[in-house]
Amino acid sequence: MLPVDVTASLGKTAGYLVFFAIGLGFGASLELAGFGDARRLAAQFYFRNMTVLKTMFTAIVVACVLIFLSSALGLLDFARISVNPTYLWPGIVGGLIMGAGFIIGGYCPGTSLVSAASFKLDGIAFLFGTLVGAGLFGESVSGFSRFWNSSFEERLLVSDWLGWSIGATVTGVAVLALMMFYAAEKTEEALRTSRRHVKWLPSNKRYLASGAGLLALALLTWALGQPDPAEKWKLLGSRFEPMLSSREAFVHPLEYDKTANDPALRLVTLDLRPKAIFEAGHRRDARNVQLKDLWEGPLVTSLVQLPSQGVVILVSEDEAVAVQAWQWLKAQGVVNLYILENDPNAPFTPKIKLKTTRKAGGLCS
Amino acid sequence: MKPYWNPYLAGTLLGVVLFSAFALTQGGLGASGAISRIQIATTDLFFPSHVDRVGYLAAVAGGEKSALDHSSVVLLLGTFAGGLLSAWLNGRLRAEIIKGPRITNRQRIFFAVLGGAIMGYGARFARGCTSGQALSGGAVLSLGSWTFMFSVFAGGYLVAYFVRKLWEAPNAAR
Repeated sequence: MLPVDVTASLGKTAGYLVFFAIGLGFGASLELAGFGDARRLAAQFYFRNMTVLKTMFTAIVVACVLIFLSSALGLLDFARISVNPTYLWPGIVGGLIMGAGFIIGGYCPGTSLVSAASFKLDGIAFLFGTLVGAGLFGESVSGFSRFWNSSFEERLLVSDWLGWSIGATVTGVAVLALMMFYAAEKTEEALRTSRRHVKWLPSNKRYLASGAGLLALALLTWALGQPDPAEKWKLLGSRFEPMLSSREAFVHPLEYDKTANDPALRLVTLDLRPKAIFEAGHRRDARNVQLKDLWEGPLVTSLVQLPSQGVVILVSEDEAVAVQAWQWLKAQGVVNLYILENDPNAPFTPKIKLKTTRKAGGLCS
Repeated sequence: MKPYWNPYLAGTLLGVVLFSAFALTQGGLGASGAISRIQIATTDLFFPSHVDRVGYLAAVAGGEKSALDHSSVVLLLGTFAGGLLSAWLNGRLRAEIIKGPRITNRQRIFFAVLGGAIMGYGARFARGCTSGQALSGGAVLSLGSWTFMFSVFAGGYLVAYFVRKLWEAPNAAR
């Protein structure tokens, strides 16, 4: 099942070769689109040549449909795909700065690389500039690190924000892309000819067929739906089952207390006992939840989005209930997840190991 | 010199490459992270103690750590090679300066460095470049990547009018 981690499974050398091959494809597609030519990129901002928008959104929508369709088919585990964390306002401010740099310099980092590779001297100059700019940032970030680290969400998806299903969001992205392609074509046409000669009905048969195909795949993704927690557990259970059978996933009450008092960690305690028993006495900061709340929904979304120092502990008198909850949450991508041990005679061995979801191969960080 | 590919075709190829990146490495594509690593490695070469003292730099290249021993740098080398190969096969491998019709070569180089510096600064600010944030994050529906993407376009369109002399012919119909 995808994704694989080539560096972990093939070793560093072979893994690096795969990265190099992916880079080859990346660089070649940028060059083939004409992104090594600053005039072609800049023309986007004067509405003359919309290649940037067309190529970028095609790439996004194609990759998006491939990812979520293969997830719907049970071929890919989306929980293990790294999602860029959201830093809302720093991203917006940085984006505005980059937009200005883009139109002044004519490239973005990736395209300047391709431009430099094809011996364009302005591309080399731009690339040199990005090194200087990145350096200036490293020297100045300490002055506004609070803002730079603000409005953070670990794994917030457009679908969570809209309250739509993944399938509906993918379809929405496809529709948005098709609308933008239409607008881009007509804008170019209107600037090429006079406005009276623009043919408003789309007529290119190949484009119509490709658009219909894309929409059909998006609708198929929607119709199939993403696998529910039980289906995900069926697909992934074999990976995580050993943690249960070896009792790696169970923590001793002493370790729980130690973790609860560790200021470097963020502990989330979910108490699965019946409400009456919970109210009669429970652990500090524990939250009373029922098993059904852990099937899907806003609580699970918030657990998946915990920062990397977040640890989730499940408490229940009935171990079967706790194990069920553990399986559902694990299958949905909750990373640091443990069950509080009920057996008073269990040996005390510390087990909590923090795992960060951020991959070392997170490329643009 | 052969013509460029149809933008949708090139985009489809790029989308498939992006999907393979996710499927094989769990992460997407990018360039600015590696560019920053090269910058830090350069600094480390000349001022190692400075790198060890500044937290943001030490995390990447403090002490014995090498900033360049990272998959993103390998990806960057691949991207460079891919661009080179494609330009060569299509007869576009030529030393030249790409610029608008109204500026001199010297002005173009000056604005390329200036724009690059602004871009490099912004890319660190936004934690990713157009490819890493917008493309990769956009494909996996990260909310921050989508807001980022629209703000890059907004920034470009906001400034474009004021720097039109850099790109547009004098009689451009506006």
